[in-house]
Amino acid sequence: MDKILLIIQREYLTRVRKKSFIVMTLVGPVLMAAMILAPVYLGELASGKATKVAVLDETGWFFEKFKDQDKIDFYYVQGDLASEKSKALAKDDFLLYIPLPELNVPVNAELFGTGQPGLNVRAYIKSVMKNIVETKRLMARGIDPEVIKDIKTEINLVTIKVDETGEEQKSNTEVEVGLAYLAGFMIYFFIFMFGAQVMKGVSEEKSNRIVEVIISSVKPFQLMMGKIIGVALVGLTQFMLWIVLTFIFVGAIQSGLLNSDMASVFQSQQAQMTTGSPAGGMDAAAFSQVSDVLNGINFKVMIFSFLFYFLGGYLLYSSLFAAIGGAVDQQADTQQFMMPVSLPLIFAVIASSVVIQQPDSAFSVWMSMIPLTSPIIMMMRIPFGVPYWQIALSFGLLVAGFVFTTWIAAKIYRVGILMYGKKVSYAELWKWIWYKE
Amino acid sequence: MDFYLRASEITKTYTGHKALDKVTIEVPKQSIYGLLGPNGAGKTTLIRIINMITRPDEGEVFIDGHPISRNDIGNIGYMPEERGIYKKMKVGEQAIYLARLKGLSRADAYKKLKFWFDRLEMGSWWNRKVEELSKGMQQKVQFIVTVLHQPKLLIFDEPFSGFDPINVNILKDEIRYLNQQGATIIFSTHNMASVEEICDHITLIDNSRNVLSGEIHSIKEQFKTHIFNVAYRGTHDIAAIIGTDDFRVTENKKQRDVNKADIQLLNGKTPNDLLLKLLPHVEVVAMQEVLPSLNDIFIKVVNENPVR
Repeated sequence: MDKILLIIQREYLTRVRKKSFIVMTLVGPVLMAAMILAPVYLGELASGKATKVAVLDETGWFFEKFKDQDKIDFYYVQGDLASEKSKALAKDDFLLYIPLPELNVPVNAELFGTGQPGLNVRAYIKSVMKNIVETKRLMARGIDPEVIKDIKTEINLVTIKVDETGEEQKSNTEVEVGLAYLAGFMIYFFIFMFGAQVMKGVSEEKSNRIVEVIISSVKPFQLMMGKIIGVALVGLTQFMLWIVLTFIFVGAIQSGLLNSDMASVFQSQQAQMTTGSPAGGMDAAAFSQVSDVLNGINFKVMIFSFLFYFLGGYLLYSSLFAAIGGAVDQQADTQQFMMPVSLPLIFAVIASSVVIQQPDSAFSVWMSMIPLTSPIIMMMRIPFGVPYWQIALSFGLLVAGFVFTTWIAAKIYRVGILMYGKKVSYAELWKWIWYKE
Repeated sequence: MDFYLRASEITKTYTGHKALDKVTIEVPKQSIYGLLGPNGAGKTTLIRIINMITRPDEGEVFIDGHPISRNDIGNIGYMPEERGIYKKMKVGEQAIYLARLKGLSRADAYKKLKFWFDRLEMGSWWNRKVEELSKGMQQKVQFIVTVLHQPKLLIFDEPFSGFDPINVNILKDEIRYLNQQGATIIFSTHNMASVEEICDHITLIDNSRNVLSGEIHSIKEQFKTHIFNVAYRGTHDIAAIIGTDDFRVTENKKQRDVNKADIQLLNGKTPNDLLLKLLPHVEVVAMQEVLPSLNDIFIKVVNENPVR
């Protein structure tokens, strides 16, 4: 038993001390924090200076209608176009020219400038003009704009989830979809990344004959499990560090911005990100709605099942990867066996869009029970709410699944790891499983 | 004789070809045993069977009189030809790890490693990664790791490949030292000259079969051709003096003022008979028996047993 601990220790320490591990651990959270913060920061940079717009309005419709905005200042000028243009441009300002229309309604305008005006400038000018022209047109037909305002309706659809106990919970599908995808893909990514590490390690030990030296003092099963568990601990360490560091980075940057108006921009940005709704459509009410929904999701269950499915899925697949690494002579030969092993995982990812649309369909439920796909599919279903008995059953099946694959893998590994120069076929592997000790 | 290891009638067939065909070897206790043969003869397969890495199709291996079991493997130190060490690990850390896997405590492992690292003047390598070392240096590390837990049986597969002559001698000395400490040692190599002086017993394996086994001096006795090398001054035409009935001159050349001739004794003649013939006519400077090298013996044996 202490030998397996020694092996775990070696596998863990050599990997954790690698430069690539340290780099990944640090770069991961920086990238994640950057992904959250960059849009805010870039937006801030672009509109650092207020844009000044001189308005030359020949129609007189828009006098005093353009109000100074956050980053846009308006002032009104009179005179002929040519001289006002040169005056404004000399100050690096913009000139908004609204000519007297041939017909009665001014729908054309020109914006002169030395540079490209920001999207916000153009959007604001357009919306003000549209508003005023529409109001005038309504009035011309004898319709009170107030009436129109009254008729306009915003529909606010709140979906409410009722669980077995009859408790009601506001839900928001966008948040759940986001979480579902995130959880599912992370499991997929982790299984492949760390499974591949196990395979590479096994194959290295085989090709440089370390096994032949070690096998005199250690059982093949100990060697295989030591490696699998060691790498699993590396995965967990990296995952924990990522979470902690991401929080620290985001927190540090956020608190640095607290006094600037970026903080508020940042919050709305965050809210947009979590709901995935298009920019601009977010207000305070929506934001509180999102946090409502976030509260509604059972994070304890989420995190616990994430860890469970990560470990279970990893154990199931990495033992198969270890068997492959042990069976072939060179790493290049692993391809033909990688295919059938990774197929269920890839299938699960392809099926994920169907599962997310109908998380409670028979297909989704079955996929979340079969151990080969359950780590990904069940993680995608959990944000939408899954009965506890289903989670328990899926857990149980996954445990049975990895006990079974580990048993098979150990048999293949035991024979394969000491076998050289033999072309390995599936028939050959089948024979190995039944070899007696 | 008291055998430490006996592999009896070992047969191993891989798809299509026989790697070993009823090979028997008997390794006396505390001997240095050479397993010789050309590439692909089956040496490594035999070693792998002794280490229980591969299973024989037929035959059995006995250690100290009883059939070999898993527990005995812990008493074998095996150094495979492809070096079984982690390339990315530091030398010291790796040595301690492998030693602890073999059951040594950390403190014990450290103490023994210190002894060996000092002995082979490798102290400064402790914190270097294996991949930074040259092939010969890696091999020294491998050697230490193999012998560290003081196994009763040491098996080296092509131990000298990749070593310069100085290091070959160092390694030979260390192997003799271990042998004196009580270890039984098996060598496998295709380079017969390199083990000629160190082995006391050998087995020649050719084409999956044991073609010759025994104590090295008696083998040389058995294969000696009764040729004596004589250095002498005087007339060059030595054949005229000794005649051709009982002696045959196989070679005769002049080096400065000394002639050197290889003379084969026929019809049971002794060196004294040869001297009696020579002394009245030439001045004998030196005379020495020419023993066949293992290479010569091997070639002779293989040619006499054509299987190919």
